[in-house]
Amino acid sequence: MKKILNNKTTRTNLVTYLVVIIAFIVMQLANSAGMLGSSMKGLLVPICVYISLAVSLNLLVGICGELSLGHAGFMGIGAFSGIIIAALLKDTVANDFLRLLLAMLCGGVLAGIIGFLIGVPVLRLRGDYLAIVTLAFGEIMKNIIGNLYAGTDSEGFHIAVSTSKMKLAAGGKYIVNGPLGATGIQKLATFTMGFLLVLFTLFIVQNLINSKEGRAIRAVRDNRIAAESVGINVTAFRMKAFVVSAFLAGMAGALFGLNYSSVTAPKFNFNTSINILVFVVLGGMGNILGSVISATVLYVLPEALRGLQDYRMILYAIVLILVMLFTWSPKVKEFMSVIADKASGVFKKKEAGTNE
Amino acid sequence: MKKFVAMLLAALMVLSLAACGGSSAPAETKADAAPAATEAPAAEAPAAEGAAPALKIGLTGPMTGSVSAYGLAVRGGMEIAVAEINARGGLQIEFKSEDDEADGSDKAVSAYNSLKDWGMQIMAGPVTTGSSLAIAAETVNDQIFMLTPSASATDVAMTGSNVYQMCFTDPNQGASAAELMAQKWPDATIGVIYDSSDAYSAGIVDGFLTKASELGLNIAVDNAAFTADNKADLSTQVNMCKDAGCDLVFLPFYYTEAAQVLTYANTVGYAPTFFGCDGMDGILTVEGFDAKLAEGLVLMTPFDANATDEATVKFVEQFKANNGGLVPNQFAADGYDVIYALYNACVAAGVDGSTPAADVCAALQEQFKTLTVDGLTGKGMTWDENGMISKAPAAMVVKDGAYAPLA
Repeated sequence: MKKILNNKTTRTNLVTYLVVIIAFIVMQLANSAGMLGSSMKGLLVPICVYISLAVSLNLLVGICGELSLGHAGFMGIGAFSGIIIAALLKDTVANDFLRLLLAMLCGGVLAGIIGFLIGVPVLRLRGDYLAIVTLAFGEIMKNIIGNLYAGTDSEGFHIAVSTSKMKLAAGGKYIVNGPLGATGIQKLATFTMGFLLVLFTLFIVQNLINSKEGRAIRAVRDNRIAAESVGINVTAFRMKAFVVSAFLAGMAGALFGLNYSSVTAPKFNFNTSINILVFVVLGGMGNILGSVISATVLYVLPEALRGLQDYRMILYAIVLILVMLFTWSPKVKEFMSVIADKASGVFKKKEAGTNE
Repeated sequence: MKKFVAMLLAALMVLSLAACGGSSAPAETKADAAPAATEAPAAEAPAAEGAAPALKIGLTGPMTGSVSAYGLAVRGGMEIAVAEINARGGLQIEFKSEDDEADGSDKAVSAYNSLKDWGMQIMAGPVTTGSSLAIAAETVNDQIFMLTPSASATDVAMTGSNVYQMCFTDPNQGASAAELMAQKWPDATIGVIYDSSDAYSAGIVDGFLTKASELGLNIAVDNAAFTADNKADLSTQVNMCKDAGCDLVFLPFYYTEAAQVLTYANTVGYAPTFFGCDGMDGILTVEGFDAKLAEGLVLMTPFDANATDEATVKFVEQFKANNGGLVPNQFAADGYDVIYALYNACVAAGVDGSTPAADVCAALQEQFKTLTVDGLTGKGMTWDENGMISKAPAAMVVKDGAYAPLA
């Protein structure tokens, strides 16, 4: 036990799980005690979704060192495929939890497959080019989804990308209706599922980082030429990080889509991609716990500022700038590391005391 | 070190600002500080008499971002109605608006939830269709009565029996446009330009094309679509209509893009009759747009800010005074009518601030079956069992820089 805890990365990983689990228990208790207002209750699932998105993007941006500006595109693929799957399985799978799980898996797998297809040409590019291509990818996805029609009628399932090709028989029902988006979604998402998704995402990402593959991925980030010279297949490892990241974003997207009764394509635009990137950057590149915390705080912040009415968005921007300046100021970093050293010193002493 | 301290102080200041905002929120009765200054005495005087608690009406709409003009217009219209009603004495209204950023999922629901925490009894929004679809389903679950001023998709009203609309549904408006064209320009070659990424525009076109083929109109161009991302330049779409020899061009989208179309058509010397829908209202006030180009433009709008009846004149004056001279558009008038429709129904049903939201909802649904409202956007407005409005569509034509009824 002592040996495990002395490993710094293992300890950090455990702390991350612990923080998430404690937060979940506290929120559940507060909820059952009736202490949460409708606003807070409504925020629980999207917070879990954005944590998963931030952690999965952190794998790509922080660990793999690739700048992706199209993460919301994968989220959108997951959301809409998840919604369609959940609607189609309505009669065959009675259990809501199971149906949600299947929808999320399908959303994740589809996002992963599209991530792979995109990755084949894109991951040969470096630096700025990758950012531009992923940006374009996100916009393309948004426009395709915005023109997507899907529905069921007596003859089964229909899908098309234009109104004229989409003819439902009488009594048919649209699942996705072009620019109106997906409407009449049965809300399946639960906070428990959100919590499980966060744990799953953390498990995948943290284990990947600390595995042989993870070290190779980081080697590619730090020095591509050196990594290639020791026989690391650069494209393959970048692809691995890219697909895993897309898969997790797809799952999170499906959970997001199934948390609302309507979802429209413009939600998954460039702004959302940038927002997720902001969570990652402010939480610290490669810092998983940082992503978890910053996603939570920055998602709740605009809601907490509602009292300021029309000024809240300006203030949100000011807070972002200040947090950025503040957390990256050398003085603060020094201060934080002193605190961290002291805290870990206490922790170690106690640890030694109990073990002896 | 000095820099560090300065930064720390700045951070503290922001945090304390945020804290102030948070704590003052529940006590807020007026949405905005500026109009509140004029309304405050009127609003507070009768309330002090210790009558029944004020009825809480909430609105969500885009108050920030690219379409905030609509949200702010509706809010402005509603504030005028609330101030007038509160000045009368009797049933008092407490009004609060929240920003939903015109989002169709999480932000809209967050805005709605925060109003619910405030104790909202009636939902007088949302402003945009996307937000309405997300919020309507929530109001069905919570049994809160909803009357949207401007969300026009058919799906909104069809969400539940407690959801009502103040504006025409999109397909209905498209169909009335087709009927009007068949009546006035039966032989015209018609071109349609629309925004395929916008539910409003696509909905109108759907209804229009269906009705037009029924009536046998000659539609030469029906695929000149653009999306929200490529609307910076609409010359291709205008040229499509020009090349097809269209002498009537249907523009079922908002006035900002319409201004571009008119400007471009003028530069290439293309002068068909342009025909817009209610989103066209506001074209005469676009900054940097030569209003002369709109001469002869036909549009279907239920509200005319230049009308000379007493109610409209009073409303326009008050709106201008509250909003720095801004002329109210149809959104503001819809907002104003929504508050009066709700007020009339509440007075008739005898509900007030102490009635639980679900009871208010049931009572209002009963009232809206028989309610008839005379408002700024129409006389004798009634609602059908789905919650869709029935009022006479009015067509205007721009003449000498102002609207005139279409002859």
